[in-house]
Amino acid sequence: MSKTLRINGKTHQVDLPDDVPLLWVLRDEIGLTGTKFGCGVAACGACTVQVDGEAMRSCQLSLGDVEGEVTTIEGLGTPDNMAKIQAAWVEHQVAQCGYCQSGQIMQAASLLAENPSPSDADIDEAMQGNLCRCGTYPRIRAAIHSAAKMMQEA
Amino acid sequence: MASLKKIARRSFLVGSAAILGGVAFGTYKYHQPAPNPLQPGAGKAVLNSFVFVDQNGVTLIAPRAEMGQGVRSSWAALIAEELDVDPAQVNVIHGPAAKAYYNSAMMAEALPGRGYTASDFQHSLGQIVGNFSKFLDLQVTGGSSSMKDGFTRMRLAGASARETLKEAAAQKLGLSRALLETKDGYVLAPDGVKLSYSELASEAADIDPLEPELRPAALWKYIGKPVPRIDMVAKVTGTAGFGVDTRIDGMKFAAIKQNPHFGAGMRSFDASAAKDMAGVEEIIDLGDAVAVVGSNTWLAQQAVNAIQVDWEPASYPETTDAIFAEIAAAFDGSANSTLRDDGNVDDLPEGAELIEAEYRLPYLAHATMEPMNATALFTGDALEIWAPNQGPTVVQKAAADLTGLDTEAVTVNTTYLGGGFGRRIEVDYCNRAVQIAQKLKGIPVQLTWSREEDMQHDYYRPGSIGRYRAAVKDGKAVMVHGKIAAQSTTQEGAGRMLGLPMSGPDKGHVDAAFNQPLAIPNFRVEGFIAKPMIPVGFWRSVAASFNGFFSDSIIDEMAHKAGRDPLEFRLELARAEWEPAAKVLETVRDMSGWSGTTPEGIGRGVALVYSFGTPVAQVIEVADRDGEIAITKAWIAADLGLAVDPQNTEAQLFSGLAYGLSAACYGEITFDGGAVEQENFPDYDAMRMPSMPAVEIAVLQNQKHMGGAGEPGTPPAAPALANALFDLTGTRARELPLSNHFSLL
Repeated sequence: MSKTLRINGKTHQVDLPDDVPLLWVLRDEIGLTGTKFGCGVAACGACTVQVDGEAMRSCQLSLGDVEGEVTTIEGLGTPDNMAKIQAAWVEHQVAQCGYCQSGQIMQAASLLAENPSPSDADIDEAMQGNLCRCGTYPRIRAAIHSAAKMMQEA
Repeated sequence: MASLKKIARRSFLVGSAAILGGVAFGTYKYHQPAPNPLQPGAGKAVLNSFVFVDQNGVTLIAPRAEMGQGVRSSWAALIAEELDVDPAQVNVIHGPAAKAYYNSAMMAEALPGRGYTASDFQHSLGQIVGNFSKFLDLQVTGGSSSMKDGFTRMRLAGASARETLKEAAAQKLGLSRALLETKDGYVLAPDGVKLSYSELASEAADIDPLEPELRPAALWKYIGKPVPRIDMVAKVTGTAGFGVDTRIDGMKFAAIKQNPHFGAGMRSFDASAAKDMAGVEEIIDLGDAVAVVGSNTWLAQQAVNAIQVDWEPASYPETTDAIFAEIAAAFDGSANSTLRDDGNVDDLPEGAELIEAEYRLPYLAHATMEPMNATALFTGDALEIWAPNQGPTVVQKAAADLTGLDTEAVTVNTTYLGGGFGRRIEVDYCNRAVQIAQKLKGIPVQLTWSREEDMQHDYYRPGSIGRYRAAVKDGKAVMVHGKIAAQSTTQEGAGRMLGLPMSGPDKGHVDAAFNQPLAIPNFRVEGFIAKPMIPVGFWRSVAASFNGFFSDSIIDEMAHKAGRDPLEFRLELARAEWEPAAKVLETVRDMSGWSGTTPEGIGRGVALVYSFGTPVAQVIEVADRDGEIAITKAWIAADLGLAVDPQNTEAQLFSGLAYGLSAACYGEITFDGGAVEQENFPDYDAMRMPSMPAVEIAVLQNQKHMGGAGEPGTPPAAPALANALFDLTGTRARELPLSNHFSLL
């Protein structure tokens, strides 16, 4: 049951049953722990990654069904070389406990790739599946607007 | 007094070779303000260590749980302020579990008194009482206490370290210390010579700590100003290490299944379907629970779910209704406390109109985003734990008790916490990992609870009933008599944490009910304690989370009965009792443009709750959207006396609001067959991007003493929203969650 995955530009060979969700391949097999486990039922968005640019809940995506290039938070930017959206998150001091923010950022990055200038209603629509128990939503919203501006100016 | 070298050795050299050749600074002064009659005698001074300097630079110890409240950053800023280092340029670590890191402020909350009326003397007394925490090894984060705890102690730690480094430089340069200055990690001599703190470390190690004066507020560079959080970059790049991110060489992953009936045992289990499943390495009988250890958390979870268990039944009432009948039965016994008893509430004042109301609030789960987890390695004579916890010394002691090891043989590493809210002050999830590790001697193991295990095995916010009789006359509040019944978090939770029986009047149980800053001539609040049934614990703002709803809802009902504007009604009562409470009301009135009337289809509610030393007023606006109700706007004003970081304080206040609104709208833990009915976020939802209102916040600094930030934003949220719904619909919500009674967007 060996499978080849492309994650953040690198190739990984994994040997796990096909039904293991991508989340747990990333976390427990490959060691990419930036993607978080929150609920296991696609109700919180903490595990959001991108597959070929599209935001997906990795807790519901079985290893056997992964097709395409996977991008996780680690692939978006690094502490020394943050993506613009991550810089916007820092600018607005968004994170509190921070546990959900990988998923929030991956979801927002996917929104901005599709819609470079989202309205508040667009943000509501795109982000409603991402839960934050600290309630950082006002700053997430502000950071998305900032990131949109930064990306357009670039 | 112990020498610095000795302290350095005792506190740090054991655990970290990297600090060899370095120096640790600490504050040894017990207390500000002195004199302190209960101060332990000379020769018994305990030096606390919060700063060390080595060849790699300056490291600050912020031994409080970073669970989102920004404590690591604000704590570091307090030290940095006096030490003259840029918080962004130094290393800040949590440090080990240690008695030296006791919380000096949390116990002070237990003193009798309303809080807002406390004199300077009572505040000093609070600090003395706080010192008892050290004898209980109480290194805990909770009670919105960190800044109150650290404010003086940490500035002293920084100042002492600074002066000691200056003395080292003075000796090295043959100059008087008075001629030297410090800036951004350097000692500066008048001739332009610059010595970094690092290069002074070994000389400083030989100097006894100096006791300096603290700088006046006018000279502060960091305190009172927004400082970027030191954890922010890590948290937006997926590199912050939470408990579940712990990775140790050779580590296994585990899943657990515990009895849904709290405290009951396990008769037997059948693991035949599980043992041959993929990834399964061990099935472990924990006596009252069963665990699976394997190569992958998800595979272990699948296997543990395949185990058939015969659980013993619950020994408490099995349904929500039966549990609430027991809570109500507490009213038939005698009151545990009567902490406010002004005037006469037995007779209705002549000509007054009576209002009688009963409020009921449900049990609530914490539902931290990061499910309960811990990692442990047991080697027979030592144990190491990695856990996102709010009480390292509590975890350490519990693990020692469980394994029979000395506490010195138990090392606790505190990771970032993916939410705490009081859940992680408990040790159950650590103990479970330790139990499993004991069976896997020499192999590190990480236990992660499924969301379902997490939600169904919490220490819940107690369900509660508030019975109120109140009266108004000629447009004024003349009487409030509140009776509150619930399981006691203090007796059950604090008793569990401290290992001590708790008795006497339980102040925590009636917090935010008896001590509201409202001048009402006939005012009595009585607390009744229901027998232990469901495990209850500390949930963000503790009993203020229900009492705030009771005590503000009744005021709103009184205002309407009296035909008064609800904000003006509260303002009058607050002004006559405590000016800072009046000021927060005036501020939300002005921010929100409160006029007392709202357009068709719009409703507004106001609430005022004083808790954890901070008065908070909130106005919430709701709007009818084709028969469904949206929460559109919120205004918050809070008076913290001094806000160490105003930007972070704002974050705490809207976070508290969101947590309170989540519970008010959706939060409800119910029981059937003795088990929790809710399993996961679909049936225990919270505020989300579209439902969260736009928020405007004012952080005031009028009151004399420092108030808390993490919790006081939560209690006013539910009453402010319920009051707004009343304004919009004419329906008074006396029970939560509101989604059971209103159609919320």
